[in-house]
Amino acid sequence: MNDARRDEICAVAIAEIFRGDGEILASAMGTLPMIGARLAKLSFEPDLLITDGFAYALGNVPAVGGGDGPEPIVEGWIPFRSVFDLLWSGRRHVLMGATQIDRFGNQNISCIGDYRKPTVQLIGTRGAPGNTLNHKTSYWIPVHSKKVFVEKVDVVCGVGYDRAAALGQTSACFHNVRRVVSNLGVFDFETPDHRMRVRSVHPGVSIEEVISNTGFELVFSEPIAETRLPTPGELGLLRERIDPLGLGSKELRA
Amino acid sequence: MDKRTTAEEAVREIRDGMTVGIGGWGSRRKPMSLVRALLRSSVKDLTLVAYGGPDVGLLCAAGKVKKVIYGFVSLDSIPLEPHFRKAREAGAIESVELDEGMLQWGLYAAALRLPFLPTRAGLGSDVMRFNPELKTVRSPYADGTELVAMPALALDVALVHMNRADAGGNAQYLGPDLYFDDLFCMAAKKRFVSCERIVETEALLKAGSFHTLRLNRTMVDGVIEAPNGAHFTECPPDYGRDESFQRDYAAAAKSSEAWGAFRERYLEVSEADYQRRVRERTNR
Repeated sequence: MNDARRDEICAVAIAEIFRGDGEILASAMGTLPMIGARLAKLSFEPDLLITDGFAYALGNVPAVGGGDGPEPIVEGWIPFRSVFDLLWSGRRHVLMGATQIDRFGNQNISCIGDYRKPTVQLIGTRGAPGNTLNHKTSYWIPVHSKKVFVEKVDVVCGVGYDRAAALGQTSACFHNVRRVVSNLGVFDFETPDHRMRVRSVHPGVSIEEVISNTGFELVFSEPIAETRLPTPGELGLLRERIDPLGLGSKELRA
Repeated sequence: MDKRTTAEEAVREIRDGMTVGIGGWGSRRKPMSLVRALLRSSVKDLTLVAYGGPDVGLLCAAGKVKKVIYGFVSLDSIPLEPHFRKAREAGAIESVELDEGMLQWGLYAAALRLPFLPTRAGLGSDVMRFNPELKTVRSPYADGTELVAMPALALDVALVHMNRADAGGNAQYLGPDLYFDDLFCMAAKKRFVSCERIVETEALLKAGSFHTLRLNRTMVDGVIEAPNGAHFTECPPDYGRDESFQRDYAAAAKSSEAWGAFRERYLEVSEADYQRRVRERTNR
């Protein structure tokens, strides 16, 4: 038996997106993304470079949000100038949020409505266009709903597979939208035309629940795989080492 | 050359319709005392270029902005800048929203006096659709890659805030990130640096290693001593962000009454009175 909570299952699913990445910068935006990246580093991807969310690369894996664990060790300095250089060099996998995402992985964090006079102005395009054209990009959606998984995003910030294909091979040669993790399941684009596919649903979630909360048709094949549970070792790392304050569960509730 | 001046003198160089670049990042090490001086002036129709924070929000709220060129506008601990948001949702300002790296490239191109710099960032995204003035260019070499030709973002004036400077304009940052303050200065015709403290040149290396001397005096026209000048944004190691003040600033966007009260208390006063009121508030 395994008493893993949903946020811990998500943390493992997030860690899994970094499997095989080797010695690159894992940029994880948000609490569970940070937890997942740190879990990957402490288990199967020890060479990942992680940061404090500001300008320092961390030589160890301190708990998110502080706590009694080890003090952070600074192993490197990566101010924004270096982040941009590094990301254009491709040695990075970013896990971003998305206010809207469509079936080809086009992502919107710019605004809702008309760009000239939006109904809702969001944070802005940030680095999404450059990220998606230069290195691996994944998305974390804490609340899976039809408001987020939409037929068509209002503004394309992060570039999806249909837009990348239209650019042609030389311009989009580094485009790679790897995965989408939500509170309901894990999704990828490993289909012939790169439409979003259900990779797995989390334990306790039905495919019907996923479908009814998604605003477009998802590709899936029966039987539906279930997202793997954390191993006892991973649960120990999450609860004692990485997230002793239980911040991950707060992000899921929000 | 002694380049010491005042915020008022610096702001006098900014005229209606000019393009002003503002250094820092989000709610971090922003030249807020210079922004406050700009708010007290009669200047209008500005084009702002920034990794935006409350600098952009305040100037939008004051109706001084015609256009903003930005990658994001955020208060960091409060992700969405409410005053900027309000201006956008009212359709009150023109918006050129770019990838953060495109913004850097535009400033760098201007700094190097190049018409553009090539990049992949922006290709395939709606940055190109909403900003049809942006063009692409094809590599003249065998690869033939099509790339965005990010045009130079030439600035009339740059405003940045550093930790220390000497009277000649050699300026030093002591925090973890320079952001793109050097590029803002190099991309501008007139460059003003406010700082926590103006020190003797020989004192600069006592505060930090030579790596921290990132603005040399060829990049600076005027130096303004402004203690706590980045308030309420952070300016490490001198001080952190005033989160409580920032929350009040953000909350003031909720109604015109709240904004009126905030403006009267903190913006329609001199910098000295502003700083006094901030101190009173903290001691309250």
